[in-house]
Amino acid sequence: MDFSYRDRLKLLGGGAVLTGLYAGGMLPAMSVVGDALAQDAKKKVLRVTIIPEPPILNSAFNTAIMVQQISTKMLDGLLTYDKKFDPMPSLATEWKVADDGLSITFKLRPNVKWHDGAPFSSADVKYTVEEVLKKHHPRGRATFANVSTVETPDPLTAIIKFDKASPYVMAALSASESPMLPKHLYEGSDPPTNKLGLAPVGTGPYKFVEWQRGSYITLARNPDYWVPGKPEVESLIVRFIPDSGARAVAFETGELDIGGTDPVALADLERIKSIPHLAVTTDGYAMCGAMYYFEFNMRDPQFKDLRVRQAIAHAINRDFVAKNVWFGYGSAATGPVSQKLVKFYNADVPKYPYDPKKAEALLDAAGFPRKAGGIRFRIAHDPSTYSEQYRRFAEYFKQAMRAIGIDVDIQNTDAATFQRRIWTDNVYQTASYGIFNMADPTIGVQRMYWSKNIRKGVPYSNGSGYTNPEMDALLEASQNEVDPAKRRGLFDKMQVLAMTDLPIIPIINVDYTTVYNKRIKGLTDDLEGVFGTYANIAWT
Amino acid sequence: MKRYLVRRAGQALVVLVLIACVNFLILNLAPGDVVDVLAGESGAGDIEYLQQLREQYGLDRPVYVQLGHYLLNLAQLNLGHSLRFQLPVRDLILMRLPATLLLMFSSLSLAFIGGIVFGVAAARSPGSMRDSFISTMALLAYSTPLFWAGLMLIILFSVKFGVLPSGGMRTIGGPDDLYGMVVDVGRHLILPSITLALFYMATYTRLMRASMLDIYNMDFVRTAKAKGLSPLKTAYRHVVPNSILPLISLFGVQLGSVLGGSVVVEVVFGWPGLGTLAFDALFQRDINLLMGILFMSSILVIIVNLVIDLLYSWLDPRIEVEA
Repeated sequence: MDFSYRDRLKLLGGGAVLTGLYAGGMLPAMSVVGDALAQDAKKKVLRVTIIPEPPILNSAFNTAIMVQQISTKMLDGLLTYDKKFDPMPSLATEWKVADDGLSITFKLRPNVKWHDGAPFSSADVKYTVEEVLKKHHPRGRATFANVSTVETPDPLTAIIKFDKASPYVMAALSASESPMLPKHLYEGSDPPTNKLGLAPVGTGPYKFVEWQRGSYITLARNPDYWVPGKPEVESLIVRFIPDSGARAVAFETGELDIGGTDPVALADLERIKSIPHLAVTTDGYAMCGAMYYFEFNMRDPQFKDLRVRQAIAHAINRDFVAKNVWFGYGSAATGPVSQKLVKFYNADVPKYPYDPKKAEALLDAAGFPRKAGGIRFRIAHDPSTYSEQYRRFAEYFKQAMRAIGIDVDIQNTDAATFQRRIWTDNVYQTASYGIFNMADPTIGVQRMYWSKNIRKGVPYSNGSGYTNPEMDALLEASQNEVDPAKRRGLFDKMQVLAMTDLPIIPIINVDYTTVYNKRIKGLTDDLEGVFGTYANIAWT
Repeated sequence: MKRYLVRRAGQALVVLVLIACVNFLILNLAPGDVVDVLAGESGAGDIEYLQQLREQYGLDRPVYVQLGHYLLNLAQLNLGHSLRFQLPVRDLILMRLPATLLLMFSSLSLAFIGGIVFGVAAARSPGSMRDSFISTMALLAYSTPLFWAGLMLIILFSVKFGVLPSGGMRTIGGPDDLYGMVVDVGRHLILPSITLALFYMATYTRLMRASMLDIYNMDFVRTAKAKGLSPLKTAYRHVVPNSILPLISLFGVQLGSVLGGSVVVEVVFGWPGLGTLAFDALFQRDINLLMGILFMSSILVIIVNLVIDLLYSWLDPRIEVEA
């Protein structure tokens, strides 16, 4: 062939066009949204965002907050909770805790069907608790450790039996924490790798339709849901938008209706609030009991002296942090239990008000005077990585410590490195991280203070290495105490002791934010917010 | 020609094995693994649970055993399983690849064509107002951070004018006939491809301008002028075609970098491409997935470079592939 140079260039141009066509031709290969939605049914569609995209859609195997937000739309729990944390009916309509605390009897709701049409029965409860929650649930192995068996005298009665009284189990039966799974579809498989984790079949108000990874998940109304007439929304679309600026825009242009767990940068919320159709709420996160903790590595000789830990506590202005680092979406913490856990919070504990002078006096007394350059000693600080606020807190901490003569090196890492440094290798000096109390301190708080929970490689265990037999005794007693008043008394003492020994300085009660369209009703009616089923959510 | 291709294929194979080994070893140097990340997210409180996961994923075996296992799998064209998503890596990549390729080709074509147009316009009258204007704009586009440019375009076209969608690749529940879909994806594609193209267009503009000014000094251009060819014809017949060659080689090099460089654009526009998948895989220590993406990208880069080399010698017969 004898092409002139120019002909070849032209051919090249043609090739470019062909490439374009090829790329265009690939479009049909990308799969199509199952159901075309009628144009006039805009009110029937709810578009929400979850951050980040979950790896699996079933919170029995991964209890991360993004998984819990999607799982609960499809999978129900035995109970739900009112705003005072008291249990309310869900799949169970009645329950009775035995006086000795060694069994809980559940009467199940009749005529409930799985999404595939099979009936829900006590056999499903038995299978889920014994085979899934107790064996494969990340926290469930601890929560359900004392469960000996589940008895099923008839299809609508399930009796959970315990070796030792475990009152906290009653707080862990929500859809987000302990979803019920269909035995007939799970039996005989390895539950964590069962494909149903990626396309759940439950009893919840929405059925799984499609998951386009990196883009969206669609769920459709479950016509056989056990509350007649609910949900009103026909189609629930979960979009994944990685950038918070882009999410703010999507709310603004009406492309998103609900987003939980701080969908927009806190600094941006004032602007979002000023947009007429949008609202911001901090309701719906009480069950998380989200806190921000500052922790000492108690193995480090630098912090052996209690006065050093007290000095640092006095030098952190927690109100300032709440106002400036968290933009007011949080309040100063006084103890290890979140103020939102109204059944357990104790305000009457040793306090460490902001007082740099006292801090300096304590450091002088502990034998760390200011040396050349005004520096007493240097420490390293590892902030957690999951949010911008954490990094900003570390910057504040560095400034605050400089004021009392402590020089701080901030160690910024990523999540995997952070966890290795704190909980596996224990090579840190001080760390700060977000932590969930959960609905009961035995589940969420005990793990940080119990000396038997100093376990290498387990994140959010007792990483500081704090050991006090008195603390262990209090925690172990409260674990099996059936009488609520006595149990509260034990936790009151526990909180006092935690703030006396001070291995951890609780910094902030974190208020997560939800951004939503004002025309949506039903989002802030219950305890669970974005972790709820959305069965009652509708457009006005 | 045949011998050349065989030799290049042989070299490519060696390079690929080396890339796989280096990827594996470097990624294993990072502290922490996928089980740490999963456990941290979900507040897992049980050491046996974590041990069980590590055994299941084979993470408890020595590194050289894991590497051998990985290479053996690769030899059978098996990229392995994503530990986080519980899906074959191949499936995950194939799900995301079309979006990435679409964004890559559309933005690079835009940049290529725009770069030639502006480059020619600037080089035709060096030192003029037009030239300084184009050069300044190119400098500006070159130095503007991509995420900022993207957000500004979103604010302008989605928020203020409301004419283009702010993110995503398709309207969910939108048209599902072919024509409607092409239009729909096209509308979503405009802003991200312009954002990504801006940077590369600036590079091409500057290269095109420099390369044209170079060619203008060549003897054959003087001959063309001497025989009375108009400046316009001289430019389009003799100068432009000869100046495009360096752009083509740059195109080949950049195809690889766009593959990774589009992460920022993908994040800002929520474009479901490979970049965000790789980015997340890194932070979640989903090593199989990350290695799969890197491996795939290296294959793509090797192929594209081979094609560019062949194209180059075919376009300019003075360059021989055998050399």
